[in-house]
Parts: sequence; C-alpha cells; structure tokens
Amino acid sequence: MGLELYLDLLSQPCRAVYIFAKKNGIPFELRPVEIFKGQLLSKDFSQINSLCKVPALKDGDFILSESTAILIYLSCKYPTADHWYPSNVQARARIHEYLGWHADCVRGTFGAPLWIQVLAPLIGVHLPEEKVQRNRAAIDRALQQLEDKFLRDQAFLTGQDVTLADLMALEELIQPVAVGFDLFEGRPKLAAWRERLEAFLGTDLCQETHGLILNILEQAANKKIPDPAPEIYPYMLLRISRIP
Amino acid sequence: MELAGGQHHSDAFAQVNPLKKVPALKDGDFTLAESVAILLYLSRKYEVPDHWYPQDLQARARVDEYLAWQHTTLRSSCTRAMWQKMMSPVFLGEQVPAETLVSTLAELDRCLQLLEDKFLKDQDFLAGPHISVADLVAITELMHPVSAGCQIFKSRPKLAAWRQRVEAEVGKDLFQEAHAVVLKAKDLPPADTSIKEKLKPSVQVLLR
Repeated sequence: MGLELYLDLLSQPCRAVYIFAKKNGIPFELRPVEIFKGQLLSKDFSQINSLCKVPALKDGDFILSESTAILIYLSCKYPTADHWYPSNVQARARIHEYLGWHADCVRGTFGAPLWIQVLAPLIGVHLPEEKVQRNRAAIDRALQQLEDKFLRDQAFLTGQDVTLADLMALEELIQPVAVGFDLFEGRPKLAAWRERLEAFLGTDLCQETHGLILNILEQAANKKIPDPAPEIYPYMLLRISRIP
Repeated sequence: MELAGGQHHSDAFAQVNPLKKVPALKDGDFTLAESVAILLYLSRKYEVPDHWYPQDLQARARVDEYLAWQHTTLRSSCTRAMWQKMMSPVFLGEQVPAETLVSTLAELDRCLQLLEDKFLKDQDFLAGPHISVADLVAITELMHPVSAGCQIFKSRPKLAAWRQRVEAEVGKDLFQEAHAVVLKAKDLPPADTSIKEKLKPSVQVLLR
C-alpha cells in the first residue's frame, strides 16, 4: 500500500494538501472522509488518526496529521521543486513566519462565515449579529495585514515564488468566497495574487479542488447537504462556541 | 523588551517587527517574527545538535506535527488562562466573568489531556525519545497558566515527570532564568491608564 491521504475537500487544510500533491504529481490513494457524516469519529478512522482530524497522511506504518507537517513531509520526501519549501534558511524562515501569523489570524477566522451561514443553521444554531460583524472585522484586519506585511510588492506571500504559504492562504481565503463574501473585491493587489497563483496551479486543478466548496451555497439552497450525523453535534457546537 | 510597559508599540521596534510583536529576531539585515520560525531558523543556521530538530524525515515530521497542532490549541488556551485568571484582574484591573474563566480552564484541561494522550504517550519527550524544540515550545506555554496559579501538574503525574525531564535537559539554572519574569507576573503593579489604553485593544480577544 503506497501513500494514502485522508481528505475532505470541504476543509481548507485538506485542499492545500490535495492541490500540492496533485500539482507535484505525487502518487497517492485518495481516501475521502466526509466530516459531516461523522466519519472522523468512526472506529476505522480513529485508528488512522487518533486526533480524529483531517488531513491525515498514511505512508506505510507512518501516520501524520496537521497540514503544515504533511506539506513539509511531502515536499521533502518527493521530488518537488525547491521553491515550495526552499532549502535556503532565510527563505524557509519566511514561510514559517507566515504560517505562525496564519495560525493566529487566518485559521479559524476565515472558516467562520461558512459555519455562520451554512453549517450552524443545519443544527438550528443562529449566531448573533454581533459575532457576525466581529468576524467580518477580523477578516478585514487579516486581509490588510496579509497585503501590507506579507504580500507587499512581491509576486507571492514570501517572495517571488509560490510556496506552501500561498497554498495555505489561498484555501482559507476561498472559504468565505464560497458563501458569497467576496473579499477580493476592492483589493486589486490580493486579487492579482490569487490570479497569479491559480494560473500557476492550473485552471483544471483549481476547479477540481475548489468545485465542492464553491458549490456549497447551491447545495444548501437545493437542500442537498446531508443532515449532520448526531454524533458530531458536540464537535459542531464546540466549533461554533469558539467563534468570538 | 518589556511588554508590560508597552515597549512593543514604539516606532523603533516597528522597524524590527511591523506586526509589533515579540519574539523578534534581527540577524544583520534579516528580521524575523514568530517563535516557531525563529526557533527553526536558529536550529538550522547554528547547526545545533540534531535532536532539537532532526534531519530524519519522519522524526522531524513528528516535531512539525506538534508545532502545528499546539499553536491553535494548547498555546491559545494557555494564553487565555493566564490573561483571564491573572493578568486581566491584576494588571488591567478587570475581572473576567466567572463562566468565561470556567470555560477557558475546561478547554485548557482538554488540551492537556490531548498533550498527554496523543503526543507524550509513553515517550520521554513529545516527539520521541529525545528532547526537541517541541518540548521547549510546550513547556514555555505551560508555564503561563502555572504563573497564574493553575496547578496543571498536580493531577497529571505523567506530565509532571515530563516537565522534570525537560528541566533536567535544559538545566535548572537556565530554566529558572527563562521563567523568572513570567513567574513574577502576578506581582506586577497595576498598569497606569496610558499603558492600559495601549494594551487593551490587542488583549480584548484573549478575554472572551
């Protein structure tokens, strides 16, 4: 059994791993996991990843979670171009610098609109307007910092080449876009970065990776999103309670 | 740098880190923020002993996995616990609602359980048999709730044993030196109004 990647393409870090593996021609078995069907909590999956989270990688007996760790592992194990995770100490440090800020200011924050508009209502939870506005403000602040501190006048977030940082960012930014929050509107610099990145990755690969999430509103409107499995209600409520 | 004095808001410091946060590194013209980025940069540039951040792909992946997981989980709950239980009342003069504190401490407890069950397990250190940067990042985070009076090691003998091992590896004197300031944070005099004004906006999010 070769490399296996356990992914749910509704999840931002899963998409980053998927798009990286595909772009680099890394051979893998896709093991789709559907979070909302409670599959993360299944006995089979918890044997794969006792943290019960996706993305997860299984390489023989070696099991790894956390998208950053997975991306670094893949970029080092397989023949991938240096620019993704450069061997140059300073260039590499810039990626980790971005990822540190990303963990504080992007992760969690950019996922909230999907929870607010689509996922929480599935279990009858409607967040107060105060929280919605607070999240919007946090997103705006993060986008400003993304432009001013990271992108600046560069082609990509940590320099002139695409890196793991750009993938992580793109997939988080797509999430609110999927529920109609066009955060590239009025931000031409960021829009240009997205265009450059998607051109580099290729239209087909982007469509394949983003198809599911970009269709989420239509699915919700046509009542095509399955009811979440009851066993994941506690996880959903915990996640919702973390929206400040 | 003294955070309690608002020094990180000075213009001079903004030249080092426009995000106005510590830690920050300046190596000639090269400036760098974010603790994990700095730790990994130092590990590689100064060719420290391999166990800190191993060359072996899988061994290093274990360290990367911990470093990634901790940021949005343990780190977040340790910082909140310290601010809500101690810094806010003592330094900013503001009590946090009891139910908020209770929920934060419950979250901290959940993270500590995961730390023991998923990372430490039956190993001597978080990423395997040897100490690594993962252990340094973890122990320094855990000293925050400790400084606020949370007895996190009391009911967790496995974690307490790990702490002793980390302290022994680092060296008692260095460990104490590193933690001297945070362990005295509860004795900080209340902030004056101008400092409160400077710090409050960035601290709000930690108090919910």
